[in-house]
Amino acid sequence: MIKVEWFYWLLAAFFLVVALLVLRDRSNPHRVWSATFWALLGLCFPYSSFVVSETLPPWPLGLAVVAIACIAGFGLLGHGTEEKTTTPQERQGLAERFGNRLFLPVLVVPVVTGLFAILGPKLSIGGKPLLEPLSETVIGLGASAIIAVAVGMWVLRTPRASVPLHEGRRLTENIGWASVLPQLLAMLGLVFATAGVGKAIGTSAGQILPKGSLLAAVVLYCLGMAVFTIIMGNAFAAFPVMTAAIGYPLLIQFYDGNAAAVFAIGMLSGYCGTLCTPMAANFNIVPVALLELKSDYAVIRAQLPTAVPLWACNVGLMYFLAF
Amino acid sequence: MLVLLGVLVVVVGFALRLNPMLVVTVAGLVTGLLGGMSLHEILDAFGTGFAGSRSIAIFLLVLPVIGLVERNGLQEQARHLIGRMARLTTGRVLALYLLVRQATCAIGLLSIGGHAQSVRPIVAPMAEAAAVRKYGPLPDRVSQRIRAFAAGTDNVGAFFGEDIFVAVGAVLLITSFVDTTYDFSLRPLDVALWAIPTALCALLIHGFRSLRVDREVAREMRADHAGAEGPGRSDADEQVRP
Repeated sequence: MIKVEWFYWLLAAFFLVVALLVLRDRSNPHRVWSATFWALLGLCFPYSSFVVSETLPPWPLGLAVVAIACIAGFGLLGHGTEEKTTTPQERQGLAERFGNRLFLPVLVVPVVTGLFAILGPKLSIGGKPLLEPLSETVIGLGASAIIAVAVGMWVLRTPRASVPLHEGRRLTENIGWASVLPQLLAMLGLVFATAGVGKAIGTSAGQILPKGSLLAAVVLYCLGMAVFTIIMGNAFAAFPVMTAAIGYPLLIQFYDGNAAAVFAIGMLSGYCGTLCTPMAANFNIVPVALLELKSDYAVIRAQLPTAVPLWACNVGLMYFLAF
Repeated sequence: MLVLLGVLVVVVGFALRLNPMLVVTVAGLVTGLLGGMSLHEILDAFGTGFAGSRSIAIFLLVLPVIGLVERNGLQEQARHLIGRMARLTTGRVLALYLLVRQATCAIGLLSIGGHAQSVRPIVAPMAEAAAVRKYGPLPDRVSQRIRAFAAGTDNVGAFFGEDIFVAVGAVLLITSFVDTTYDFSLRPLDVALWAIPTALCALLIHGFRSLRVDREVAREMRADHAGAEGPGRSDADEQVRP
């Protein structure tokens, strides 16, 4: 069986290569700290395998992540100033030479990922599934990345595997700490849940519960979903809390709403919150780094005028369709 | 109620533009301690949270191939290609991508697109190039705006497409939570069907906004040209920006 853990180990190896290349880059003002950052991050991934299988305690991993956060937080993660890639003029020439063949490796990614996602669950060898169940898409994305590099090197006549590694390192350095932030926020979500933040918000939302107005109850449920999602960065965390506080007792039991409609549209109201929050770092902060935008909030600003009217649509849809 | 101070740490930290890595770590420590967790328990929660969310990072494996093709002129080729399709304006590129992203996510193909896989290498350069073809080189402000909008379009398409697919996390979370907690028997298909009206609203609202980007770019370019011809205009404002 192909396991998803293999791809996490592969990612770990990639981070370690990045660390090595960073360490050798004398143009980086903080090269030792930066290399430590990437190396620690690389070691966290294989260690996590043992945490998931409960053979090693999770606290050393927590400590390592705090160290990673401190390196980044105190501005010790730098990156090199020498860009060892092609110049815009060279790229123009290469684009003319390769033409549309350049798209081939990029298209391998969606095609292979799609095939794994669709066919993956159906494949089995000797009665056992070929791909680890429920991880087919993650495995597909990882596998597509490997196949795409091979196709890319062949199509673009790249003699050495070090070329894609160097380029990958360049882009990873550009993203910097934003590549770990989504996982840090997932950690914070877990602490919030364990410490009872959800319950506290749920109780306070429940206290301002409006009796006698269906519209007010719908607004409160949708608003609670959006606001709590903005705080947690994740609608999945908001859903159980808001549903227990308002959705179920008021909208389903008291007003006898259509459960499927109330819950589906409630969740989507939370998604409107996801569009507005830096806490959803993988959607709103990582692309800022990836697209080399100057403002951390550029993506959120582009999404706000969609999120607000769409949230209002959700309120209207729930009010008219679910009751 | 004291644990809500942890939320306050996050809000204040982000508002003061402190480094998010520190803000999140401190918020985690504060919330945990106020919630009565020991330091050991907090670190355990940190470790478990990190280990359980590794799948978010797997997209980084795609970066070597993206870097390889970019090195060989992918973005230039994307621009060249759009240069020959006169009907594809910036707004239409964005609206088309919204439609494709939403449709593919609705049939369960969430990971085939994304900021690393499709926005950076293809969608953003094409959307920018469509404006360059019409106006010539763009001021930094305009190209930043187009790229940010392309990233936002990916998010909107993904969020409001994926929930139509029955086997997606959100739908299964709803049914499993509601079924176990309130003793319902909700079918995933029903929940997924009720995601369609919102998906259509998202397509209309964001599709309309995407098409309006053309006007916004036109307005910005007019203002930019007017500024360039007027007296006393220098490039200083471009340079002082960090």
